[in-house]
Amino acid sequence: MIETLKARVNEDEALVRRGRFLTTSFLLEVGPTAWLIQIFEGRVVSVMRGPFVMPSSSFALRAAEEEWQKFWSSRPPPGSNDLMALIKRRALKAEGNVQIFMANLRYFKEALAKLRSGGAAA
Amino acid sequence: MSATFEPVIGRYMHLELFGRPHRIYVEEAGEGTPLLCLHTAGSDGRQYRALMNDERVTARHRVIAFDMPWHGKSSPPAGWHNEEYQLTSAQYTTMILEIMTALELDRPIAIGCSIGGRIALHLALEHPERFRAIIGLQAGAHVDPYYDLNFLHRPDVHGGEVAAAIVSGLVGPDAPDSERWETLWHYMQGGPGVFKGDLYFYKLDGDIRGRVAQIDTRKCPLFLLSGEYDYSCTPEETLAVAGSIPGCEVSIMKGLGHFPMSENPAEFLKHLLPVLEKIGSR
Repeated sequence: MIETLKARVNEDEALVRRGRFLTTSFLLEVGPTAWLIQIFEGRVVSVMRGPFVMPSSSFALRAAEEEWQKFWSSRPPPGSNDLMALIKRRALKAEGNVQIFMANLRYFKEALAKLRSGGAAA
Repeated sequence: MSATFEPVIGRYMHLELFGRPHRIYVEEAGEGTPLLCLHTAGSDGRQYRALMNDERVTARHRVIAFDMPWHGKSSPPAGWHNEEYQLTSAQYTTMILEIMTALELDRPIAIGCSIGGRIALHLALEHPERFRAIIGLQAGAHVDPYYDLNFLHRPDVHGGEVAAAIVSGLVGPDAPDSERWETLWHYMQGGPGVFKGDLYFYKLDGDIRGRVAQIDTRKCPLFLLSGEYDYSCTPEETLAVAGSIPGCEVSIMKGLGHFPMSENPAEFLKHLLPVLEKIGSR
């Protein structure tokens, strides 16, 4: 499912436009599984599945698999509907150079919400 | 399409606060019992636009909202350019009471959301005789910081974009898109460091956990309404406050978030109108 992020983000022209000054790579950890996601000027250029020996990324988002499943459900319950909601509950850890994450917070929220099964936007 | 006008009238009030002249924007609509509306951190009085446009409210209430200094169309006081804005409980309380006096409001109903909901608890505790009733929206006694507040005001992060992005998830899932994005636009328009300065009150100075149980609802009725999807002031936190205050009435609003009056006015009014009815019949 995570692999579909590339197509789902890139087909949203407005999202790509808002991310046009964003070029980075970040780690998305879903329980024990790590994904390295590379973004070039707002476009997702690759989504690679770990394990990695020496992944190079600007920051990492880490949460348990069941937390991401709730976040990606079509109508997430209270407390699971937003990345900041997960962070508030200490269910999601944002680590590394968090400035890139915060400076592009709307982009990352909307990009990751693209993995929802239909339904709710970020 | 011909132009139409809302019944809302805005004026600028000149008032001395904390020993300094201030220019404060005040809006109002309707006639009757004054209903003084307090906006959230980093936003402004436009959050109450729907109340001012709803005849079910304005037929019997004079709905008044002011933009706090530094917010909306109210200016910061002269000299602001070398200061760091930080809202304190004492300033917030003084500001509200001074503005009430200036507007000659006789025991208004106060309604406040988020920081406005928190100060509503302070007012209920310290100045109950000044109010007919107090309505706290998304009112909790305390909120722990859950992100580094410095991100709200630094040159390598756009303050307006990040403020809106931080609060966007606090809007409930059923909010109409137009109202959701209107609500977020207000956040995008905030001045540099203002949201952060308000949160100084919300997350540090305004902690009222130790005293909230002393609120006496016989002196002033207290109603708490909180949205189900608020993870900043959670329903559990509001219920805990209500549970510690005898006589406090509380309701959790399904599907709503942290900005009920602004994000989804139609749903919010279903909860507010019965409360106003109850206050009116006292």
